[in-house]
Amino acid sequence: MKTVLTIVLFIVAAPLAGGLMAGLDRKAGAWMQSRVGPPLLQPFYDVAKLFSKQNIAVHKSQKYYVLCFLVFVILSGALFVAGQDLLLVIFALTLADVFLILGAYSVRSPYSYVGAERELVQMMAYEPMVIITAIGMYMVTKSFSVADIAAFEQNLFVKLPGIFIGLLFVLTGKLRKSPFDLSMSHHAHQEIVGGVLTEFSGAELAMVKIAYWYQNVFLLGLVCLFFASAFWLGVGAVMLTFFLEVFIDNNSARLTWQFTLASSWIAAAVLGMGNLVVLIFI
Amino acid sequence: MLMNTLIILIVIPFLAAVALLLLRQYVVRKWLVLISTAVLCAAAVYLLAAQILAGASYYTLEMEAVNRLMIGAEVFLAAYILILGTRKRQYWAAILIIIQTGLMLYFDFTYRYGAAPARHLFVDQFSVIMALVIGVTGSLICVYAVDYMKEYHHLHPEVQDRLPFFFFTMFVLLSAMFGVVFANNLRWLYFFWEITTVCSFWLIGYTRTEEAVLKAFRALKMNLLGGLAFAVAIVYIFIRANVTNLDQLTALDKTVAMIPALLIVLAGMIKSAQFPFASWLLGAIAAPAPVSALLQSSTMVKAGVYIIIRLAPVLNGAIAGLLIALVGAVTFLIASCIAISQLDARRVLAYSTIASLGLIITCGACGAQETVWAALFLIIFHAVSVLVLVLCTGLVEHHFGGCGIETMEGLVVNMPRIATMMMIGMAGMFLAPFGMLISKWAALEGLIRINPFLAVFIAYGSAATLFFWTKWMGKLITVKAKREGFAANVSFLERMPLIVLTVLVVGSCFFFPWVSEYLVEPYLMSTYGSSMNMSTGSILILFIMMGLLLLLPLIVLFYKNPDYVEAYMGGANVAQEDQFLGSYGCPRDLVLKNYYLESYFGESKLFDAGVVSCTCLILVMLGVGFL
Repeated sequence: MKTVLTIVLFIVAAPLAGGLMAGLDRKAGAWMQSRVGPPLLQPFYDVAKLFSKQNIAVHKSQKYYVLCFLVFVILSGALFVAGQDLLLVIFALTLADVFLILGAYSVRSPYSYVGAERELVQMMAYEPMVIITAIGMYMVTKSFSVADIAAFEQNLFVKLPGIFIGLLFVLTGKLRKSPFDLSMSHHAHQEIVGGVLTEFSGAELAMVKIAYWYQNVFLLGLVCLFFASAFWLGVGAVMLTFFLEVFIDNNSARLTWQFTLASSWIAAAVLGMGNLVVLIFI
Repeated sequence: MLMNTLIILIVIPFLAAVALLLLRQYVVRKWLVLISTAVLCAAAVYLLAAQILAGASYYTLEMEAVNRLMIGAEVFLAAYILILGTRKRQYWAAILIIIQTGLMLYFDFTYRYGAAPARHLFVDQFSVIMALVIGVTGSLICVYAVDYMKEYHHLHPEVQDRLPFFFFTMFVLLSAMFGVVFANNLRWLYFFWEITTVCSFWLIGYTRTEEAVLKAFRALKMNLLGGLAFAVAIVYIFIRANVTNLDQLTALDKTVAMIPALLIVLAGMIKSAQFPFASWLLGAIAAPAPVSALLQSSTMVKAGVYIIIRLAPVLNGAIAGLLIALVGAVTFLIASCIAISQLDARRVLAYSTIASLGLIITCGACGAQETVWAALFLIIFHAVSVLVLVLCTGLVEHHFGGCGIETMEGLVVNMPRIATMMMIGMAGMFLAPFGMLISKWAALEGLIRINPFLAVFIAYGSAATLFFWTKWMGKLITVKAKREGFAANVSFLERMPLIVLTVLVVGSCFFFPWVSEYLVEPYLMSTYGSSMNMSTGSILILFIMMGLLLLLPLIVLFYKNPDYVEAYMGGANVAQEDQFLGSYGCPRDLVLKNYYLESYFGESKLFDAGVVSCTCLILVMLGVGFL
C-alpha cells in the first residue's frame, strides 16, 4: 500500500518538482548572466500553452513514439521510487530513450535525424557509467534493490566517491546541459535547430517536456541515493548538484560528440573502474 | 521410449536428408520438408513432455555396427577433405584432417575404444532445451529455405542449382546437432561434432564461387583445428583416467579433468566464432540467408556454447575458467563495437551473434548457477531473435534490393509486415522487456556477484549494442514516400516461419518463467545443487512493460488525425517531398545517412585488437591449465 502511495505521489509531484526545477534553472541562469529572467512558473505556462496548439505532425506514427517515451519514463521513475531493482530501472529508462530517438528517426527530417544520431552517441557515452554505478552500489550494499540501497545505514558517497563524480560527469549530458548537450538545446544558437525535437510540436512537445521533468527528478533521485542514509545531506547534495550543473551549463560551450563519447568512456573507466578496484582492496 | 525419441530425432533428419538428395522435384521437396518439420517438432515436444519432471537418463546402444558406421563415415569424409584440400591447395585442411583422423583411428584400433562399456546417449533438461531450439528453429529455417532458395536461383542464374545437395546438407546438419546434444560418449560427440564442421563447409561453399570456396576452407580449417583439440582431449582423458563419457569427465577431479576440458572448450570457442576465430562466421554470411540463419541461430555456433556450458562445472572457480570468461567478455565488447561501423546488415548480424556468443561463454565459463541460468536463456532468446532478423534480411535482400542498412530506409512503408517483424526481432535483441535483455540482466547480476570486472566489459559492450541496433531500427521506421510500383511477393512458406518466430520472440517473454521453473532450474539443481530464479516482482514488472508495449499502439490508433506538414528543412522545402532547394537554387535530393563512427569503431583496428588480445588470453589459459 505504501508503495502504491509512493508511486502515486511520484506521478503527481514529480512533474511539479521537475517544472519548478526548470523554472529555477532559467532563473539561476538569468542571475548568472545578470538578467531578470522569466517568472519561476514560466515552464508550466509554456507547457500549458503547447497543449492548445494546432495538432500538426509529419506522420502519425511519431505520436506513438512520443507517447511511449513519456509512459516509460514515468514507469522507470515509478520503479525507482517503488524501490525496485536498480538495473531494471536503468533498462526501463533506456527503453524510454530509445522511443524518443525512434520518434526522431521516423520523421525523416535532416535536423531531427542528426539529433537522433547524437542522442544515441550520448546514450552510448552515458550507459557504461550508469551500469558501473549499479555495480558499485551492489558491491557496497550487496543488493540491487533501490529499497535496500536506500536503507543502507552507511553513506554510499564515502565508499563510492569516484563513481559519484563519474556519474555527475555523464549526468551533465543526461540533464541536457552544456558542454554535453549534443542532441538538442534550449539555447537559441543550435545548428541542428531543435535536434531530436525539431518535428515535435504542440501536445507532443509538451509531453516530451513533461517526460524530461520526470526524468530529471529521477536522475537527481539517483544522486540522492548516494546520501540516502542522511536525508538532509541528500537534499543538500541534490541541490548542490543541480546548481553545479546550471553553473557548468552557463559557463561552457558545447563540445563535439567525439569528445563527449571519448571523455565519458574514459571517465567511466578511470573514475568508475578505479573506484571498483579500490573497493575490492579495502 | 525416450531412447527411441532420441534416436528418432537423430535419424529422421538424416533419412529426410537422403530422401531430399534423391527426390529432386520441387513439390516433393516441399512436402518432405514440411513433414519432417512436423515430425521433428512433435518429437522435440514429446521429449519435453516426457523428460520435464525426470532427471538425466542415460542409454546404452550396444551395436558394434553403429561404431563401425561412424568410423567408416569419418574415413570417407577424411579422404574427401584430403583430396579436395590437396586439389584446391588448401594443405592445412588436409594436414589437420590427416592428423586427427589418424589419431582417432589408431586409438580406436589400439585400445578398442568402441568396445569400451559406454552410455552412449543421454538426455536431461539442458538437452531438451537444445533439442527444442534445434528442432523448432532449425526445421523452420528449412521450411523457409524451400521457396527462398528457388527465388535465389532465379535471381542468381550464375550459381549452379544444387538444391538437392543443399537440403541434404541442411538436414544432415540438424541430425548432427541432435547428435551433439544427445551424445554422452565423447567419441560419438566428436563424430557428430566433425559432421557439423563438414556440413558448414559444404553450406558456406554452396555457390562454388572462388570467394565462397576460400571462405568455406577458412571455416573448415579453423573448425578442424578445434576438432584436433577435441580428439587430443579424448585420447588424453582415456589414457589418463580411462574415461569415455561426458558425464564421467565432468564428475572427475578438477585437476585431472582440466586439460581435456580446456581442449574441448577451445574447440567450442572456435565453433562459437570467438576471437581470434571470429572470421569464419563472417565468411559464412555471404552464403544464402538460410545458411547463415542455420549457422548463426541453432546449429554450429550453438554447439560450441553447448559444450562449454556442459563443462562449466569443471571450469567453476578455476583461473583458466576466468580466462575463458575473459575471452568471451572481450569478444562481446569488441564485436559489439565493430558492429557499429558495419554497413551491411548481414555483417551487423554476424558481429552481434559473435558478441552474444561471447556473453554466453562468459556466463558459462564462470560456472555459477546464476550465470549459467543466464547463459541457457541467452541461447534460447538469441536463437529466436537472430533468426527473425537473418531471415527477414534475406527477404529484404531479394525483394527490396541489397542488404545494406542504408538501403533499408523506408522499409516500414514498403514492406510493413517484414519491417514490423524486424523491429520485434531487434527489440528482442537488446530492449527491455524482451528476451535477450532479461538474460543479459541476469548475466550482469550474476557476473557482478562473481567478478565485477567482467560485468564492466558487459556494461561497455551493452552501450555499443544499444547504438547499432537503435540506428538500424531508425532506418527501418523512417517514413518516406513509397517506392513507385513496389510490390513484394513473399510466399507463404517464407512468411509462415517468420510469423511463428516473431510470435515466439514476444511469447517467450511471457512463458520464460515456466521454462525457468520446469527446465532450467531442475538442470541447475542437478548440476550445481542449488538454483536461481527471478523474483516474482521482477517478472511482474516485465509483464507490465510488455503489456504496455502491446497496448500503446492501440491507443494511438484512436488518435485524431493531425494536420500533416512537411519536415522542416530550414525553409528550403520544395514541392517534391524528398527534395530541398540547394544553394544553386536547384532542387537536390534529401539523403540521410547514419553514423558509423569509423574512426572510433573501425573494423580494421578493432578486429586485430580482438585477435591479439584473445590469442594471448587463450595461450595463457592453456598455459595455466597445463601447468
